[in-house]
Amino acid sequence: MIIEIGHFALILALLVAAVQSTIPLMGAARREAGMMAVGKTAAITQFVLIALAFATLVHAYVTSDFSVINVVDNSHSDKPLLYKITGVWGNHEGSMVLWVFMLALCGAAVAVFGANLPPPLKARVLAVQGMIGVGFLLFILLTSNPFQRVLPAPADGQGLNPILQDPGLAFHPPFLYLGYVGFSVSFSFAVAALIEGRVDAAWGRWVRPWALFSWCALAIGIAMGSWWAYYTLGWGGWWYWDPVENASFMPWLVGTALIHSAIVVEKRDALKSWTILLAILTFSLSLVGTFLVRSGVLTSVHAFAVDPARGTFILLLLLVVIGGSLTLYAWRAPALKAGGLFAPISREGALVLNNLLLTTGAATVFVGTLYPLFLDAVGGPKLSVGFPFFNRSFVPLMVPMLIAVAVGPLMAWKRGDLGGAMQRLWAALVVVIIGVVGALVVTEGSYVLALLGIGLAAWVAIAALLEWTERVRLFRTTLADSLRRALHLPRSAYGMTIAHIGLAITVAGISASAFETERIEIVAPGHDIAIGGYVLRLNGVGKVQGANFTADDAKIVVTHDGKDVGEMHPERRFFPLQQQTTSETAIRTNFFSDLYVALGDPDGRGGWTLRVYLKPLVPWIWLGAVIMAGGGIVSLSDRRWRVGAATRAKGAHALGIAPGE
Amino acid sequence: MRRLLYLLPLALFLVIAGYFAATLRSGRDPQALPSAMIDKPMPAIDLAALDNGARVTSSSFAGQVVLINFFASWCVPCREEQPLLLRLKTENTVPVIGIAYKDKPQDTQRFLTQLGDPFQRIGLDQEGQLALNFGVYGVPETYVIGKDGRIRYRQISVITPEIWEETILPLIKKLAAS
Repeated sequence: MIIEIGHFALILALLVAAVQSTIPLMGAARREAGMMAVGKTAAITQFVLIALAFATLVHAYVTSDFSVINVVDNSHSDKPLLYKITGVWGNHEGSMVLWVFMLALCGAAVAVFGANLPPPLKARVLAVQGMIGVGFLLFILLTSNPFQRVLPAPADGQGLNPILQDPGLAFHPPFLYLGYVGFSVSFSFAVAALIEGRVDAAWGRWVRPWALFSWCALAIGIAMGSWWAYYTLGWGGWWYWDPVENASFMPWLVGTALIHSAIVVEKRDALKSWTILLAILTFSLSLVGTFLVRSGVLTSVHAFAVDPARGTFILLLLLVVIGGSLTLYAWRAPALKAGGLFAPISREGALVLNNLLLTTGAATVFVGTLYPLFLDAVGGPKLSVGFPFFNRSFVPLMVPMLIAVAVGPLMAWKRGDLGGAMQRLWAALVVVIIGVVGALVVTEGSYVLALLGIGLAAWVAIAALLEWTERVRLFRTTLADSLRRALHLPRSAYGMTIAHIGLAITVAGISASAFETERIEIVAPGHDIAIGGYVLRLNGVGKVQGANFTADDAKIVVTHDGKDVGEMHPERRFFPLQQQTTSETAIRTNFFSDLYVALGDPDGRGGWTLRVYLKPLVPWIWLGAVIMAGGGIVSLSDRRWRVGAATRAKGAHALGIAPGE
Repeated sequence: MRRLLYLLPLALFLVIAGYFAATLRSGRDPQALPSAMIDKPMPAIDLAALDNGARVTSSSFAGQVVLINFFASWCVPCREEQPLLLRLKTENTVPVIGIAYKDKPQDTQRFLTQLGDPFQRIGLDQEGQLALNFGVYGVPETYVIGKDGRIRYRQISVITPEIWEETILPLIKKLAAS
């Protein structure tokens, strides 16, 4: 009964979404306040209905209702409660419900918090959100219904893929979807602006927090996925350029471009049609990211079950959403009034450069992901694109980007002074060059690229700090004055500094992976394996019984320079239901390096394969991503995003503090 | 002219969408990759050897059943099938010719030192030209070559113990007996 309520709620949500996508739009065209107000009610109702549907599905999973096919296929009564819940989105149908749930949540958030939006803009934004909702609710109800019953109900379920039974992967999709779906709001704003034919600074002020929020969620989602791959797959790798990874990385790259170009719209009233295009592209790539892997066009280790009917529907949906918005763009964007002019060497110019490099980077990833299949489709030779392609195409694009990241914030709007900016950065340049050259001499030139990468990271970090000292006039005025300036600096300025330092930390972590050492050996109990000053003694391998698995649990005593450091317990888990083995690695981290141990196969004579890695700075990769997202959140807390910000911002001007970025 | 520029994103998107549609309509199962090379003579091999010895050529193992395994040190799944390949060597089941795909020789050497060397000979395909001739989709990929030098089977991705026991081993036995 409960599950039917969920199904019914989802059908009702579709009808409400249909209302939401038409009535407010007509109201906005006729300037009728009553019809425009329908948008708010409909968005909130749609959210409540989808939340109800999602809750019934969660209920079916928690109570192990095996009369529902979706639960049978993806759950099992022995599964821990956490994975019963996360199993809801560990499959195609359930993850789609989570997706529309978040979509409706975003729509409702615009409806509730958008009180100070001009009513026609708000009505149109909500209408576009409603249209997206209609498309995806139809998709769920017609091709991917999670509420289907099965009779007679089987005694137990088939269980969730053991790989998905992991806290990291359990929470990776919600963040990723929050990021993907959050970009729907900037998309809706872009489409609404195209319909209105007007983009102004207020529009930029509205789009940017949404893009920023989605960008943060996506950054966290990607970092979680990468971290999960790192500690689960047992080979110490953290990025594989897999199509699904690339699919989440592309909207993040274009989204990064978007949050930067939206600044230009807000501050300088320029780059409008470009920002609109970026908003459309970011969400389009999010859609491609969510759906391409479900459509049967691409193969991936992450792929959900393939179904041609779904593929056709997805393709039509993409055609309508992306094709429709791009048509609207081609039609209306040329009419947008161009805003403030600027010289090539200026803050705007630097942001344009950043945009170009980021979008080109996203384009290379796109080509690398689809080109092999494209050639295959036209009957050409089959090519393999892996690390070599991405390392040679994507990485070199990021080098000028990192150089520019340091310089851009020091330039003035409209007309910057490159010489002046470099003058303020010369200390950083000298420090970095001496450091890199010194390290090259010490290592006899064997880690050129890694050291260059770390040098670039240091360059970005030092420049970010210098820019901050510049703003607070440290040492150039009294300390009290600097402190006063530091306290009054807008949060968005701090957000930028923090995010850029986070980027530097991630780049350093990635570059330092060249310094890792690994040992892969067969070790008998009582024997040692030594790596970089650590000695690991295998004391033995025992059996452990888990809730729905049995595990070989290795007990390894670690000493460093003779001092006891502690014990490590890498495991190999065997899930009898799925006949599948997963590895649980053991990782000791001190934030500067990871000692990473994975337990491999037994050799049959009492020995076990142990894979031991010493990975300097690897935790920085994710730490940096979290700091980047943190910078985004600090920027989001900036007072000017909040209700009534405009009036208070005027007060800040009177105090003589530039609204910063 | 300026208007055309604004049409560019749409035009690009339509091209990509057209390609997606073509892929979908072709009805091919993306999991089952086409194997146009099956039963065709294998492309000629002539590669520099990792050990700097004589070149690795197809004539050097003509008349034998062999496995040709494309691998790379940067390829994570390759490590997974290494134990199985090592077993083939110790049990002397079938010679395996390794082709180091788009990899630096020193990286390949490091990979083999760490994980063991299951190969009879190792050819260096640094440019990926041979892989192109074979139609390699990605590494690891393994081809079973009959005594007549024709490709009889193509294994995309890792050879799992099941695939080995159920498909490849019986095929090798059959090919060796013929």
